[in-house]
Amino acid sequence: MNTAEIKSLLEKKFPGLEIKIVNDGLVLKPEDLLRVAKFLKESPEFKLDYLSLITGVDYVEFLESVCHLYSVEKRLGPVVLKVRFPRTSPTQIPSLVSLYRGAEFQEREAYDMMGIVYEGHPDLRRIFMWEGFEGFPLRKDYVPEDEDVLEWEDVEWLERHNVKVPEEYKTFAEQLKAAGKEARATRPKPGAEA
Amino acid sequence: MALAQNRSTVDDGLKSELGKKGIVVTTIQELYNWGRRSSIWPLQFGLACCAIEMIATACARYDIARFGAELFRGSPRQADLMIVAGTVTKKMAPQIVRLYNQMPEPKYVITMGACSIAGGPFIDGYNVLKGIDRYIPIDVHLPGCPPRPEALLWGLTQLQKKIDHQEIEKAEWYQKSLKREFPIPEFGPKGLIPKFNPEVWRPETASHRRERYGDPVLLGKKMIAPKFETFGDPQVKVGTV
Repeated sequence: MNTAEIKSLLEKKFPGLEIKIVNDGLVLKPEDLLRVAKFLKESPEFKLDYLSLITGVDYVEFLESVCHLYSVEKRLGPVVLKVRFPRTSPTQIPSLVSLYRGAEFQEREAYDMMGIVYEGHPDLRRIFMWEGFEGFPLRKDYVPEDEDVLEWEDVEWLERHNVKVPEEYKTFAEQLKAAGKEARATRPKPGAEA
Repeated sequence: MALAQNRSTVDDGLKSELGKKGIVVTTIQELYNWGRRSSIWPLQFGLACCAIEMIATACARYDIARFGAELFRGSPRQADLMIVAGTVTKKMAPQIVRLYNQMPEPKYVITMGACSIAGGPFIDGYNVLKGIDRYIPIDVHLPGCPPRPEALLWGLTQLQKKIDHQEIEKAEWYQKSLKREFPIPEFGPKGLIPKFNPEVWRPETASHRRERYGDPVLLGKKMIAPKFETFGDPQVKVGTV
């Protein structure tokens, strides 16, 4: 069964459903994802009972959440479901945890790296980065810190731990703080706002 | 590396002649250093692919036991040598500094592989520490990606040479001013706090990388270093030499 056949079957099942085929994947609207996945999992002709992957993609113009579904019994797959949404507004993407328990950690990873908020996820928090980390490092507009420059909080921390900080680092950190700037790597990235 | 002064009044030739007859003439210092360098106990931990090479070094083919360093200890309290084998992520860095602090004096560190020296292929990433020498002092830098077992053995023999050249009276761990406990970095909102310990490491004032390859520029969707393809010399084109 190829992607076009799945598409026509789905359109027959859900009248008015908007589906696009992009690179052998089915692009759905965020609000349709859950009911389509539920149908694909439970209907006897698909029986897509195995979720192998959920991940996020940053296309600069928009973000995408991708999931790959397989059927062990029918030897079908991967059926690729994609959801696209703007990167600015925090669009809520339905979580697949209610259907596939294995989605939990993968959705946490997509949230941690790309900042995709899955609605209905039981425990959506960071998985790789520590708590309190700011930003989503795999987004294309993320600029990592400049690790060769001490900032004021570093200077304060070092002095609290009885480490002598050279004067030139101190004054530079003070200047940075006074200018309200952060020491970020200057390397520009595609889609960076600056 | 300053050589330890030879205070022995016994002639070297005579010493070796006596040695052939089964008589050992030595100084306390030589004996002490010989004992220390022949029984370096490394701390048993690996972080990435370099650890596989470290394991291979400990196995029969390369046999680190020939150098007396086969006893990998599971506890930092019993270890003399820390082999930082692999990529040090920012999440792992505090634990490594803590392990270093827990090791008893005298202690030595070998950084194994490009990652633990300076970040290696992950140098532009957000998650990898750009060299463990930002927080703890290093005795031997061992480049490679990963270094072969022979290279680790070479690094170990370099460390043995260093130990041989240390004097008991002037040994740094007996000095009062020596500070060998380093504050453990903490997780901050953008990365580790502090970014480095200025008592241990300071950034280069000039970036050799930038000098060699030029400032990276954005060309379409790709970052291009202008001098990269010409290997630093704008006159030389790749393929023409």
